[in-house]
Amino acid sequence: MARSTLSQGLNETTQPGPVGMLKDLHIDWPLFTGLVVLSILGLVVLYSASGENWSIVVRQMIWMCFAFTVMFIAAQISPHHIQLWTPWVFIAGLLFLIAVLWFGEIGKGAQRWLDLGFFRFQPSEMMKFAVPMMVAWFIAEKTLPPSGMRIMGALLIILVPVGLIAKQPDLGTSILVGSAGIFVLLFAGISWVLIGGFVVTLAAAAPVVWFYYMHDYQRQRVLTFLNPENDPLGSGYHIIQSKIAIGSGGLYGKGWLNGTQSQLDFLPERSTDFIFAVFSEEFGLVGVLCLLAIYLYIIFRGLIIAYQAQSTFARVLAGSLVLTFMVYIVVNIGMVSGLLPVVGVPLPLVSYGGTSLVTLMIAFGILMSIQTHRKLLTS
Amino acid sequence: MEFARIKLKDHFKETQLFTGRVILAGIGVIVLILILVARLIYLQVFSHEHFTTLSQSNRVSIVPVAPTRGLIFDRNGNVLAQNLPSFTLELVPEKIEDIDATIESLKKVVELSDNDIKRFHKAKKRKSSFRSVPLKFRLNEQEVARFSVRQHQFPGVDIHARLMRHYPHGSTAVHALGYVGRISESELGTLDTANYKGSTHIGKNGIERFYEDEMHGLVGFQKIETNAQGRILRVLDEQRPVPGKNVYLSLDIKVQKAAEKALNNRRGAVVAINPKTGDVIALVSMPGFDPNLFVNGIDTQSYRELATSPDRPLFNRAIKGRYPPGSTMKPFIGLAGLEYDEVHGATHIDCGGWYQLKNDTHKYRDWKITGHGRTNLLGAIRESCDVYFYELSLKLGIDKIYAFNKFFGFGQKSGIDIRGETAGILPSREWKRRVKNEGWYPGETLITGIGQGFNVTSPLQLAVGTAILANYGMHIKPHLAYAMQESESDELTYIEPEILGFVPVEKKGNWDYMVESMRKVVHSNRGTARKIRSKKYQIAGKTGTAQVFGIKQDEKYDKENLQDHLRDHALFISFAPVEDPDIAVAVIVENGESGGSVAAPIAKEVMDAYLLESS
Repeated sequence: MARSTLSQGLNETTQPGPVGMLKDLHIDWPLFTGLVVLSILGLVVLYSASGENWSIVVRQMIWMCFAFTVMFIAAQISPHHIQLWTPWVFIAGLLFLIAVLWFGEIGKGAQRWLDLGFFRFQPSEMMKFAVPMMVAWFIAEKTLPPSGMRIMGALLIILVPVGLIAKQPDLGTSILVGSAGIFVLLFAGISWVLIGGFVVTLAAAAPVVWFYYMHDYQRQRVLTFLNPENDPLGSGYHIIQSKIAIGSGGLYGKGWLNGTQSQLDFLPERSTDFIFAVFSEEFGLVGVLCLLAIYLYIIFRGLIIAYQAQSTFARVLAGSLVLTFMVYIVVNIGMVSGLLPVVGVPLPLVSYGGTSLVTLMIAFGILMSIQTHRKLLTS
Repeated sequence: MEFARIKLKDHFKETQLFTGRVILAGIGVIVLILILVARLIYLQVFSHEHFTTLSQSNRVSIVPVAPTRGLIFDRNGNVLAQNLPSFTLELVPEKIEDIDATIESLKKVVELSDNDIKRFHKAKKRKSSFRSVPLKFRLNEQEVARFSVRQHQFPGVDIHARLMRHYPHGSTAVHALGYVGRISESELGTLDTANYKGSTHIGKNGIERFYEDEMHGLVGFQKIETNAQGRILRVLDEQRPVPGKNVYLSLDIKVQKAAEKALNNRRGAVVAINPKTGDVIALVSMPGFDPNLFVNGIDTQSYRELATSPDRPLFNRAIKGRYPPGSTMKPFIGLAGLEYDEVHGATHIDCGGWYQLKNDTHKYRDWKITGHGRTNLLGAIRESCDVYFYELSLKLGIDKIYAFNKFFGFGQKSGIDIRGETAGILPSREWKRRVKNEGWYPGETLITGIGQGFNVTSPLQLAVGTAILANYGMHIKPHLAYAMQESESDELTYIEPEILGFVPVEKKGNWDYMVESMRKVVHSNRGTARKIRSKKYQIAGKTGTAQVFGIKQDEKYDKENLQDHLRDHALFISFAPVEDPDIAVAVIVENGESGGSVAAPIAKEVMDAYLLESS
């Protein structure tokens, strides 16, 4: 206890950054800087990927402004309040998910959207932070590591929304939501025996999922992933073309706006899920390493925030949110480069689209809240 | 308060646990990112070349550019085959959601036959979906206008202008020119596919087929950048096609037309040759057909009509027709008689209207039942006395007849630059043994001497033989094309006439005698072709009438009650002007019955057109 306070005191004094007025904004400047740099880079790539379409870039800028505002608002709410509201947020999210099943809107073969009149809303997105929050809340009630019953309860909290989302069907989001929940348990310190057992169970469940739970198009995606050349003009086309884009980019890339794969339409979904291929084609391996460096910087800043967090709830939640962010990156780049099957996961802050952007920024807002309200608690 | 409670519980242990997990998470993140980096290094460094190639082949395509087909001109520079822009309605299947519905609504704008639609679906299967597939060829101007107004209703449908073969003279000379048509599946197998990559048409017949290689030209290429939809963005590199050569024919379209007109829709053939050069001046086979129908695929109905017509318009009688030469053989037999010393100008016979072999009761009749009376060779040619030639043939024997007539090209292909000609039959002992497995009978020699029996010649062969006769024995290979031209501004490259041989006639007097006899056929009051006599120039000729079926012994040729297609063929061979022949003409009118009054006037028309009007 003493050591902990000491290190936190040390941190506070050594921590660089603004003071006074700026401090009251509850913004973590190192994280904020990383996010801004990434967003600008994202807009630059989007300009090229959209075929120099300004209206798309402007629309994305508006989304970004909105998302940063939401982040800013989230950062103002203290972790204490977040913890207090967690059950209600989770229950609301769960109700929305059930509502989607009843009268959601169908788009691209899946039922994901809820029309609230003034705007369309994707409840599964909300679960990306609601589930880790709820698990963290549930776990934090007792001392860590959690007991077997707690873990069972937590798994239930995870599996119900994941099941509902997978049923929509939305494999990408259910993976993200599920992993967000699992990460909480990992940070909560569940034993390695349990983790091992979980992995084995997962492996055993895979065939069951394959035969009873997956839709044809999802199975197709997995098959295609295993051998894209089998169907070069059909579902394998995405992967083949994006590998060509990445590979032909080489070390230094073909130059901004000069990617032939992307500019000549060979690359499908190039401004959304496959935007990484555009980036690697035009900026090459060097550019890719820079992009990964920015991501790593944000992830490690997030891990530091988690490490410095004071409450159990805040710690495990922060850790989970950061690792979920990493899952976005790994799954997206993994699928675009042909390492993983194609699941609809965007490249965070670079892919075109507002919904996942807002969700991500809420998560970063929570991280900032955890970081900036810490001093209040200790002082 | 709650925080304090938790902290108080087991803060130190919990922090330790959590710190460990954060460090593990950090390691995990780095490991995963390194896996991604390894993957990207593999793609972007180690497989870079492979993917660069793929990316290049994605965007760069080599598109063949079909060469422009060479034109065909007649001897006076009139265009006989040209390339005209033709408007084609084309569909890009990829850009059309419902092809059947689109075609259905297109029917309201342009006329579409079931055949067009069937052909379109067939062509569609062979092409990538972003390539344009033609639906309807040769839109007329109204259709082009009507579609242009409504084009916005039909995304993915467009009108393309492309060059199409066109024969401005229609059916005229169709059997000489032939025509082009779309490359068929079977032709694809034998073609130089590399050179025909951009080509859709190929010469099917006649000159178009014979000079296909020269007229087609060499394919060019464009290296183009395309996007994923196949739209051409820019041309990166280009190798222009080499246009096909123009072909100049010795054919004279004016003479050709005169001949066709003179035939007056009767089934028959006319071949006119310049004896000095081997130039084919006219090559007529009637009836003909419009070759333009075949350029873009003839519809089944019209094709069936052509193919099943009893007049056989698709059949090239001029080079494929097999006719007994009849009395037109007599000058050749007569010349053989003179050359082999079997007869002289003074040798006379008495023609009583029939001839009989020793020890044979069969009567070989003359066409003139009353007979010609006392006749020498000149008279026998002039009046076409059969009995004289029965006697002469018997004296010569089949071996000499065969040996001598061979020099005139009978029984052999002429070597003209159109494919498919018949070799005809010049009968011999050897031939009969080989084909019929029988010995030769003397009676067969008799009828061979008057061009009946086994004798079969094509109109072209008759014209060649006549040209050799006119030429005093020089045998020049007949040809339609006399020159080629790289492009319209270039010099002509002439094709040298090819001398195939000489008829071994020792005495020029024998030639003179025979030519004079043939002149008498026209320019004598007793000549069988006296009707065509003209003061403007002198013609040497020989009429012929060929039996289509054998008349039995003691049976009369009953003209009135004979079915039209069983009536005799009318023949006439001739050359003019006698003193220095410029044209040799062979005419056959199927079932025309009279060489003198039906076939000869046609030859006269042809010679008039050539000798009087072209000078």
